[in-house]
Amino acid sequence: MQGITSFLQATLRLATPTLLASLGIVFSERAGIVNIGTEGMMLIGALAGVMGSYYTGSVILGTLIAMLVTVLFVSIFGFFTVIIKADQTVIGTGMNILAAGLTITANRAVFGASTSPPSIDVFDSWRIPLLADIPVIGPALFNQPIPVYLAFLFVPIAGFIMFRTNTGLKLRAVGENPRACDTVGISVTKVRFLAVLYSGVLAGFAGAFVSMGQMSFFTEGIISGGGFMAVAAVVFGNYTPRGVMFSSLVFGAAYALMPRIQAASMGIPGQFILMLPYLITIIALCLVIRRSNRPTSSAVPYIKE
Amino acid sequence: MKHSLSTKVTNFVRNLYYPIVAIVASLLLGSLVIIATSTTSPIDAYRSLFVGAFGGLRQFDETLLKAIPFIFTALSFAMAKRCGIINLGAEGQFAIGALMGTIVGVSFPNLPLYLHLPLTLIAGFLGGALFGLIPAVLKVQFGASELITTIMLNYIAKELISYFVNGPIMDSASSSYPQSAPIPETARLGRLIPGMRVHWGLVLALLAVLFYYVYLWKTKGGYELRVVGLNPHAGSYAGMNIKRSIIRSMIFAGGFAGLGGCIEIIAVQGRLMMTSFAVSYGFTGIAVALLGSNNPVGIVVAGLLFGGLQNGALKMQAMTTASSSVVLVVQALVILFVAGRLMFRLRTGRYLKQRTLAIPPVAMDERGEQR
Repeated sequence: MQGITSFLQATLRLATPTLLASLGIVFSERAGIVNIGTEGMMLIGALAGVMGSYYTGSVILGTLIAMLVTVLFVSIFGFFTVIIKADQTVIGTGMNILAAGLTITANRAVFGASTSPPSIDVFDSWRIPLLADIPVIGPALFNQPIPVYLAFLFVPIAGFIMFRTNTGLKLRAVGENPRACDTVGISVTKVRFLAVLYSGVLAGFAGAFVSMGQMSFFTEGIISGGGFMAVAAVVFGNYTPRGVMFSSLVFGAAYALMPRIQAASMGIPGQFILMLPYLITIIALCLVIRRSNRPTSSAVPYIKE
Repeated sequence: MKHSLSTKVTNFVRNLYYPIVAIVASLLLGSLVIIATSTTSPIDAYRSLFVGAFGGLRQFDETLLKAIPFIFTALSFAMAKRCGIINLGAEGQFAIGALMGTIVGVSFPNLPLYLHLPLTLIAGFLGGALFGLIPAVLKVQFGASELITTIMLNYIAKELISYFVNGPIMDSASSSYPQSAPIPETARLGRLIPGMRVHWGLVLALLAVLFYYVYLWKTKGGYELRVVGLNPHAGSYAGMNIKRSIIRSMIFAGGFAGLGGCIEIIAVQGRLMMTSFAVSYGFTGIAVALLGSNNPVGIVVAGLLFGGLQNGALKMQAMTTASSSVVLVVQALVILFVAGRLMFRLRTGRYLKQRTLAIPPVAMDERGEQR
């Protein structure tokens, strides 16, 4: 029982960065933008969060700073893909390298080559009274850092926005048929750019949660594929918030399994256990059967006649 | 004749316009990063970078040496791109090529050179080709987007290297350190010119570029591959097999990267280590391919430039307070500016008109079929 509780708890916590980031890019994907640069956005968020928390002494302020910096960063992506209409994949790859270069340089400049990471304010678990006393699932579901609750509570809200509001309708229409939207007076450029900026808010939050919720410092390889998994989670989740939650939980479970397989010492070399999340991501992409929600104009720039 | 020559010159200059503007803009923006993060002035930093990269014969020798792997990984990206595939996995293919080359290199210590060296190079090529084949098969069979699978395979390759240098091929002489045994002389690639560090890998790189050109522009298979890349619908309509072209392009793409990785180990590093891939060869290759617009000559020139940046960055870091990671920023900006070259267009209106008149790009779904 103890084992199940701690496994569930770890799954939810480890699913959170993927969930946060993919709840952001599911909107920009729906508008027709494929953002392979999500990895870079999370990396920027992770460092900006640590720096923010270091200078302000508050993890909340640090997270807000991370969101702000990531939005500024992703506006470069938006500029090149939405306004200049350059190839989204290539720009996304460039953004990932840019994020790596900027974070390495800034991290060295600010924290220097010191071996011990600076101590910063981080997210603590926040126990919900009564609910956390439920046996087995109580401590797993209701004794988590705040971002975990926020991420999961946001799933139905995101679903509502996407399928029940005018904003969501416009967004999906722009991804399906930008020319028709343009004809009826919806600005494709504006909708896509705002969707990209919005995805930056959540990716920054996701990155900040990795560096200040799962760890308490920044390293150059801190995201190591998390952003790409978020992109995969959107495809695997068939472009809906609920589906994205499901795929994030699958990836979270893969991460949660790793130390447990290691502890069970079944003679599997550690390196093969570390491959698990990446293998699961590949398998998930191969298992996608329903692609019904993939926007027709995905990754196709819109050029006015 | 005179007319055609002047047209050629104009075209040549026109082709150089964007790459040069992209590099200048990237260096200018990169200087902001130097100002923000160090006490060195960007002029001093860039001076030490360029002197370090192209300041003399010894520096140029080192630049050539550093350019070799980038030419291979750029060919990898370009080969796939010509078929419409975005290969972000040159990083992993390079590593697996290095691993396979090392395994063959250290496993047969008594083979004569004329057998051992070719076998090692073939192993490197095949290792990379296999690692390129995986995402291609996953794409044509299951519709898995190569954007994600190639990246995931990069991480898997990293763990595989870690497993091998900590286990099966770990050097028994230095049992506490995760590295392979040194590559024996019979599997080493020698120096091209005595007294200089540049090795026969340069010749192999240029041969690979030649192969890239001949295959794509002079053979039927290469022609099909390019048609599929330009317009899969037209290719399919003309009876070409899209799936086969994708698989073929990824085998060559992976093979190029794998050969590059193998050469880097048997000619420069001498043994496989965890730190063998500290330079991100695969992603730099993307910048090289883009800057060279996937064109054989362009790739060689851009490869030299990035070899120089890589080489000069180390000198810059040693001589000034600027961090070598600034080069990563410059490299990323080159990608952004080359891909977004429209922003430097002098007469935007004319371009957009041309673009809408041209055949619109055909959207492909993940199965490589036109929607």
